[in-house]
Amino acid sequence: MSSVTENARSDGYGSAVNARQLWWPGFYAAAAWVLAAAITIGLPDVVPWGSANIFAGLLVGGAGIFALLGFGIDRLGRARDPIAWYGPWAIALGIWFALWELITAKLGWMPKPFFSPPHGLLHVYIVDWERILICIAYTARLWSIGFFSGIAVGFVIGVCLGWSKSFSYWGMPVLKLIGPVPASAWIPATFFLFPTTFQASIFLVALASGIPVAILTASGVGQVNRAYYDVARTLGADSRFLVLRVAIPAALPNVFVGLFMGLYYSFAVLVVAEMLGAKYGLGWYLQFQTAYSAYANVYAMLIIMALLCSGLVKLLFVVRDRVLDWQKGVVQW
Amino acid sequence: MVAAATAASAAETVSGLALSFRGISHEFRLDGKPLPVLAGIDLEITAGDFVALLGPSGCGKSTLLRLAAGLDIPASGVVLADGEAITGPDPARVLVFQDPTLFPWRSVRDNVAIGPQARGIVREAQARIDAAVDLVGLSDFAGAYPHQLSGGMAQRAALARALVNDPRLLLLDEPLGKLDSLTRLAMQDELLRLWQSVGYTALLVTHDVEEALLLANRVIVLSDRPAAIRADIAIDLPHPRRRDDAGIVRLRHDILSIMGYGA
Repeated sequence: MSSVTENARSDGYGSAVNARQLWWPGFYAAAAWVLAAAITIGLPDVVPWGSANIFAGLLVGGAGIFALLGFGIDRLGRARDPIAWYGPWAIALGIWFALWELITAKLGWMPKPFFSPPHGLLHVYIVDWERILICIAYTARLWSIGFFSGIAVGFVIGVCLGWSKSFSYWGMPVLKLIGPVPASAWIPATFFLFPTTFQASIFLVALASGIPVAILTASGVGQVNRAYYDVARTLGADSRFLVLRVAIPAALPNVFVGLFMGLYYSFAVLVVAEMLGAKYGLGWYLQFQTAYSAYANVYAMLIIMALLCSGLVKLLFVVRDRVLDWQKGVVQW
Repeated sequence: MVAAATAASAAETVSGLALSFRGISHEFRLDGKPLPVLAGIDLEITAGDFVALLGPSGCGKSTLLRLAAGLDIPASGVVLADGEAITGPDPARVLVFQDPTLFPWRSVRDNVAIGPQARGIVREAQARIDAAVDLVGLSDFAGAYPHQLSGGMAQRAALARALVNDPRLLLLDEPLGKLDSLTRLAMQDELLRLWQSVGYTALLVTHDVEEALLLANRVIVLSDRPAAIRADIAIDLPHPRRRDDAGIVRLRHDILSIMGYGA
């Protein structure tokens, strides 16, 4: 990391030495964004995509902000360095927008229905935002019911499996047998087993997220240092204390590994389930728009999905860092 | 350690517990085969005594402590606390391990609070918890997590975690074994001071003959596994004892010869 920073500094992207110094990457970025805007409105589209003027306006607005940063970034104080860090990205994005416009809308080099220029994606958001929001809400409902019920059940089962010998004797072989089966393989069966596709989809998401949590929780509880139990018992702990105050906190690092796995699996099965039998939802939207060859809509939705999924992953990282605060240093040593 | 001493005098004093091992034999199962570790141990420990157990490593000293703590039940024989058979763990008989075994997810203070919490009296015990943290000189580190502590500090925290329960019997399983030599000296003084001021019975397992002689008023030497009592020596020397005291030096020589080291 530090060597990257050093290189960046010698290129002029890093901290300014004195306050009056200009931040050149800001100007380069502004130039690149203005170039992209000029291409967007200056050259004609091979087929009309719509919203070219609005996109150009946003690009010019962005360029204005970068130009202002070029003059005054040192006045931002603590926010300066994080913004300056992304200077090269701002430049690259401007160049990328310009090239993207050229090869799609302006020169028509890319096969036409499949590739949309950036202003085509923007047009989708402007025209179809209502339906997109409804789809997000539907998916959020399905995902949150499925994921949270799945991890709750998986966690409880995992604690029982890790703690109780008889539970483990009967449960572990079953879990080991069905655990590796991809949740999407259950789709045909679940759509018959459940009265509605919504319930079937919830079950699939819950299964996908619950199984890794159950397995990792069980192994975490099983691996707890026996000495912790001895200590707690000599200090007067009963079984309840041993489970709730010793086994579970000690297993939490493992539980979080399971949660991360479950989160990724839940995204995978969520979209597949929605493609098969839903009225609204992100997966349904992708399927529906593909059927109409509306690829701009597909890409626009993929971008939203990328932001939502990576946002949830980031959120889980934040929760983990808070809950496992005590691990700082333990892991590094 | 002045602060620790005043805190100790403020702490409640308890009456020690009388401990009896009667005809104790015990074995482990190793690869399906029985491995005898204790062979007919008979030992009476008077209330308030500081007894040190010496013996070759792996001879079963720690097993004796686990039996007294109630963590294991002897294969034959009975362990009595004040005349009553021990059937399980009890906060009046606390074991301090060679490793501090602090719970890494709890701060020092929360580790000390485990005993009161487990017994459901943590609300009433707030002042006692603070006093115990203070007693071992860790007030400034009450909020620190175990990984932030040095070895000596972690072991002091473990000691506070034991002492907060007002144990009548403190079982010490080589609690200083992994400390550096200077920390070890300081902790020996501390153990002695706490024993003198609080009044519990102490049973210390150690490999260090000198440590046993500096602290204990009775030293039990155990044989190789399966352990039997080879010598039982009263140490009638006043505290504080000096390492180069003629009596200590002589006893050290005697005990090492009993253990088979020609000194």
